Amino acid sequence: MKGLHNFIDKKLKPNFTEGGKLSKFWVVFDALETFAFTPGHVTKSGAHIRDGIDLKRTMFMVILALVPCLLFGTWNAGHQYYASIGQEADLWAKLGVGALKVLPLVVVSYGVGLGIEFVFAGIRKHSINEGFLVSGMLIPLIMPVDVPLWMVAIATAFAVIIGKEVFGGTGMNILNIALTSRAFLFFAYPKQMSGEIWIHDVAANKTAGLLVDGHTGATALGHLANTVGKAADSAEVKGIMAQFEPGGMFSFENSFLGLIPGSIGETSTLACLIGAAILLFTGIGSWRIMLSFLIGGLTMGWLFNLAGANAFMGVSPLHQVVMGGFMFGLVFMATDPVTAAQTATGKLIYGFFGGFLSIMIRVFNGAYPEGVMMAVLFMNVMAPLIDHYVIQANINRRMKRSALQTA
Amino acid sequence: MSEVQEAIVEKKSEPLFSKKNRKLISDPLNDSNPITVQVLGICSALAITVQVQQAVIMSLSVLFVLIGGNIIISLMRNGIPDRIRIIVQLVIVAALVIIVNEVLKAFLPDISEKLSVFVGLIITNCIIMGRLEAFALANKPGPSFLDAIGNGLGYAWILLAVSVVREIFGSGAISFPGMGQVKFLPEGWFIGNGGFYENNNMMILPPMALVVVGVIIWIQRSRNTKLIESH
Repeated sequence: MKGLHNFIDKKLKPNFTEGGKLSKFWVVFDALETFAFTPGHVTKSGAHIRDGIDLKRTMFMVILALVPCLLFGTWNAGHQYYASIGQEADLWAKLGVGALKVLPLVVVSYGVGLGIEFVFAGIRKHSINEGFLVSGMLIPLIMPVDVPLWMVAIATAFAVIIGKEVFGGTGMNILNIALTSRAFLFFAYPKQMSGEIWIHDVAANKTAGLLVDGHTGATALGHLANTVGKAADSAEVKGIMAQFEPGGMFSFENSFLGLIPGSIGETSTLACLIGAAILLFTGIGSWRIMLSFLIGGLTMGWLFNLAGANAFMGVSPLHQVVMGGFMFGLVFMATDPVTAAQTATGKLIYGFFGGFLSIMIRVFNGAYPEGVMMAVLFMNVMAPLIDHYVIQANINRRMKRSALQTA
Repeated sequence: MSEVQEAIVEKKSEPLFSKKNRKLISDPLNDSNPITVQVLGICSALAITVQVQQAVIMSLSVLFVLIGGNIIISLMRNGIPDRIRIIVQLVIVAALVIIVNEVLKAFLPDISEKLSVFVGLIITNCIIMGRLEAFALANKPGPSFLDAIGNGLGYAWILLAVSVVREIFGSGAISFPGMGQVKFLPEGWFIGNGGFYENNNMMILPPMALVVVGVIIWIQRSRNTKLIESH
């Protein structure tokens, strides 16, 4: 290790520093060097308490928390494929099919995103920072399995340039980068982002007649959206709702474990909860946001239960929150420290309305089954306003208190 | 003293295309572009830039109203009482817009239908009222005419740039008045026909026009450092 360090410091570094042959690529060298070794900078004056946790470590923890979702999502992509055509397959076959679909997405997302970051860092003469490490992993996890790679590339480029670099780079963005790319795809290519896309090759297999009887390839929320506007006691609605009973395809257990079709990383509530545990244990994710987001979702689900105007509203609140991207959005999207509210009270309000709106949008608007995406983006926009009023309220309270004491 | 001198200089008849007057045309194209710098007339720029043909017709309409309005107001500038000048301006602009609207309805009915209310809304276009207030009321017809052309073209080139981007990526086509819309991408490229390509639906939605205008402003500011505010 020491020899390697010496080699990098003595032999490689001079090439990249000011005046060296490759000084143009200093930002790239710097980024890769600090990735491997702790930077050697020390404070020059006075004493500062320094913590070992910097942006790179933070980002790495989130990546670690994403690993369960990634692994499960890869397996599930294969599992859903074999289940849709009614074949038995072992663990490795399923992982293999999944990896063939998921790995290219990861590579494209990182390649495009980091490429743009490098170019901007070069132009602005900034050092490359780690802002894209997490976004680059989140983007593939919220994509459908069969989304064309060039679309992912365009969406990533849009999210990084318009969503982040325009505002000044990492830490300056208003909207969550990964969700921006998802929203871009959703509105730009609606045909490729809804319908029969959640399982590998399901559309082709359907036309070829290879699908298992009764399998439509739709997600849980897609099925539920189909019930809206139809009589609750009609045969069609009853058939759909039967799948949500214990033993059905979208039963609570299946939805909780994630054995259902959906975006790659979002299906398994269990994997999301493992990620949440890692984020909470390391203190990176905010428990306030996670808890209030969950309460918000459950509250809206309960209110819908009371209204009960259609079969979708009748789904139990607990079942609502384990379907779709709710849990994934709760753990990884809403807690994004850049775009979330910053004050403690603000986080509670932000989270509650995020969860509340997620369930509301998915039930009221069948065209937007992923209400979580809309809700989190909307609350991203609202977060500064929430913070403003929380801070103002605090100032007013203290003003009043001091006025009372002096009087 | 200097003001008096300027006033005297003003009295002397100036050639129409003097250096100062040429600036009236070139300025609005870049340094004081009505859309990207003054941020006026944005609504129509977002709403009707889905296709190039609409953008062309809209630009010509605005150019016509702007030239007509500027010249008429400039001719009447000494007779208009200050208190009712806005009403007078509105009457003149409204009359010109109605002429444009009727002409479009008569000769280009399908484009007129696509532009819908936005031709009528030229009346409220801030660029026109802005130029009448800021320029025509205080200048002779000659310079007012040039000012109108400059601002009309400044508006037009942004509309054209936005609409070209939106139509190429949003519809895979390009259109021009009298030519109709030409789809130049082979049908076999599209996913529905077994290909790989798909038009970007977001380009057809107005929010993307805002992003495109934003990108144009970004590029313009990075090239023209005069526009960057000091902080």
